[in-house]
Amino acid sequence: MLRHRKLLFALAALIPVLAIYVWVRIMPIGEILRLSLHKWDIISKNKPFIGLQNFRELLEDDLFQAALLNTAIIAFGVLLITIPLSLGLAALIYHRTRSRFAGFYETAIFIPHVVSLVPAAMAWKWIFDAKLGPLNAVLMKFGLEPQAWLFDPVLSIICIIVLCSWQALGYAVLIYIVGFKNLPHSLYEAARLDGASAFQAFRFLSIPLLKPITLYVSVVTLVSGFNVYAQAFVLASDSQGAPGRQVRVLVMDMLENSFRNYRIGYAASEAVVLLVIVLILTLIQFSLLREKGGKSQ
Amino acid sequence: MSRTRLTNLLIDIVLFGFCILMITPLALLVSNAFKSPEELLSWPPRLIPANPTIDNLATVLADTPLLSWVLNSLMFAVASTIAILITSSIAGYILGKFRFRILSVIFAIILATAIIPFEVYMIPLYFQVQELGLLDTVPGLLIGYLVMSFGIFLIRQSVIHAIPDELLEAARIDGAGEIWIFFVIVLPLLRGALGALAVLAFFQAWTSFAWPLIVATSRDSYTIEVGLALFQTGYTVDLGKLSAAATVVLIPSVTIFVMLRKNFVEGIAATGLKE
Repeated sequence: MLRHRKLLFALAALIPVLAIYVWVRIMPIGEILRLSLHKWDIISKNKPFIGLQNFRELLEDDLFQAALLNTAIIAFGVLLITIPLSLGLAALIYHRTRSRFAGFYETAIFIPHVVSLVPAAMAWKWIFDAKLGPLNAVLMKFGLEPQAWLFDPVLSIICIIVLCSWQALGYAVLIYIVGFKNLPHSLYEAARLDGASAFQAFRFLSIPLLKPITLYVSVVTLVSGFNVYAQAFVLASDSQGAPGRQVRVLVMDMLENSFRNYRIGYAASEAVVLLVIVLILTLIQFSLLREKGGKSQ
Repeated sequence: MSRTRLTNLLIDIVLFGFCILMITPLALLVSNAFKSPEELLSWPPRLIPANPTIDNLATVLADTPLLSWVLNSLMFAVASTIAILITSSIAGYILGKFRFRILSVIFAIILATAIIPFEVYMIPLYFQVQELGLLDTVPGLLIGYLVMSFGIFLIRQSVIHAIPDELLEAARIDGAGEIWIFFVIVLPLLRGALGALAVLAFFQAWTSFAWPLIVATSRDSYTIEVGLALFQTGYTVDLGKLSAAATVVLIPSVTIFVMLRKNFVEGIAATGLKE
C-alpha cells in the first residue's frame, strides 16, 4: 500500500519534467531522423519521403565534404594539443597544490573556458590580424616573415585550432586535477621507496591510471570540436572591409542549408551525420574502457 | 632539500609564464577598449593605456543597443537557470531515491540522449518554437534551455550520496508528506550541488551562440553574443569600439566566475566523477 503510494507520488512529480524533456529533447531528435529521409523546403505543405537520397547527395556535395574535413581536422587538432598539454599542466599544478599560487593557476587557465565565445574570438582575431595584429609584429621582431593568418587556407584552420584549444584547455586541466586527487597515494609512496623518480612515477603510474580520464576528456573535446561554429563565424567574418577566408564547418553548412537554401531535409541529414559521429566516438570510449576491465572514473 | 626547492621554483616559473600567456589575449582586449585610435596603432601594445579614454565605450553604447542585449542575455540566462534547477532537482530526487523498474528505464533513456549535442536537433526545435509563435522572444530562447541532462545526473548523484534513506523513512514514519519531505528535508541538503549546477546553467545560457543566432532575428532581441558577433562584421567599426563592446561582456562574466569559482569547479569536477 505504502509502496503503491510512493510510486504514485514519484510518477506525479516526474511526469511534468518528463513531458518537458520529451518535448524539447526526444521529439526534436526523432524529428531530425525523420526529416533526414524527407525533402522539405519550409514553404510547401508536403514533405515527400525520399529515402536515403539526401545522404546520397551528401556523398557528392563538395561544400559538405569540405566542411566535414575542416571540422574533423579542427576537432583532432584541438585534441592533439589539448590532451598532452593539459595532462602536463595538471601534473605540475597538482604537484604545486600547496603553493600560494595554486588558486591563481587554476583560475587563469580556466578563465578562457568560461568567458563568452564571441569576445574571446574577437581578441584572437585582432592577435592574428595581418596588419595590426601583435602576432605578426612579434614574428617581424624575430626577423620572420609576417603571415596572412586569417586568409591563408591552411593557416586559418590553424588559427581556429589555436583558439579552440585555448578554450578547451581549462576544462581538461580541471578534470585531470580531479583525477590526480583521486589517485591512490600509497602506490606513489611504494614507487618512491623503490627509488622511482617523480618523472618515472608520472610516466608509469599516473598516465596508465588516468587512462579513463584521458578517454573521457578526449571524447568531450572531440565532440565539442565537431560542434565548432562561433569561433569560425567570428574569425572568418569580415572586419574593416577585409573579409577573412571562410573556414566552412559542419554546423555552419547545416545552418546555411536550412535557413539560406531552405533545404531542411538536407540539413537534417547533415545533423544525422554529426549524430552518428558523436555516437561512434562515445561507443569507442565505452569499448576502450571495458577492454581495460576497469571501472570508468 | 634545496634541489626540491629549485625544482618547485622552476615549476612555478613555467606555470606562471603559461598562465600569463593564457590571459594575455583577454587583458589586451580590455586594454584596447580604453585606447585612443592613435595608441591602438602603436607598437608594442601597452597593457595600461597611456591616455585612457572612455570614448570607445560611449560611442558603442550610443550606436548599439548593447545594454538591451546584455539585458536579454541576463533574462534568458536567469530564467534558464531557474528552470534547470527546478527540473533537475525534481527529476534527480525521484530518480535517485525511488526504486521502481520504470524509473530505471526512464533514467537510461535520459542517459542515452544526454550525449547528443544540441546542434544535432536544434533545427526541429526551431520549428517547434515557431509553431508556438515564440520566435524572436526570450521565452522562445528559453525553450531550448529548460532542461539539462547533466543537471539531472548531478542532482541524482548527490541525492544518492548526501541523503540517507533512513532520514526519509524516519520522516515518513513521523507522518510527513512526500511534498513536505522534498522541500524541507531534501532541498536544503542539496544546497551545494544546486549552487554548482546554478553556475553551470547560467554560463551555459550566457555563452550560447548557435541557438540564439537562429531564434533571435531582430536587432533588439539579440543576446549579447549574437549582437556582438554581428556587430563585429560591420566594416566601419574600428578596433577600439569592438574591444569596448567585448569588454562590456567580459567584465561581468569574469567577475562572476572569479566570485563563484569554488561552485564552478565543484560542478565541472562532478562531470568527471560520473559513475
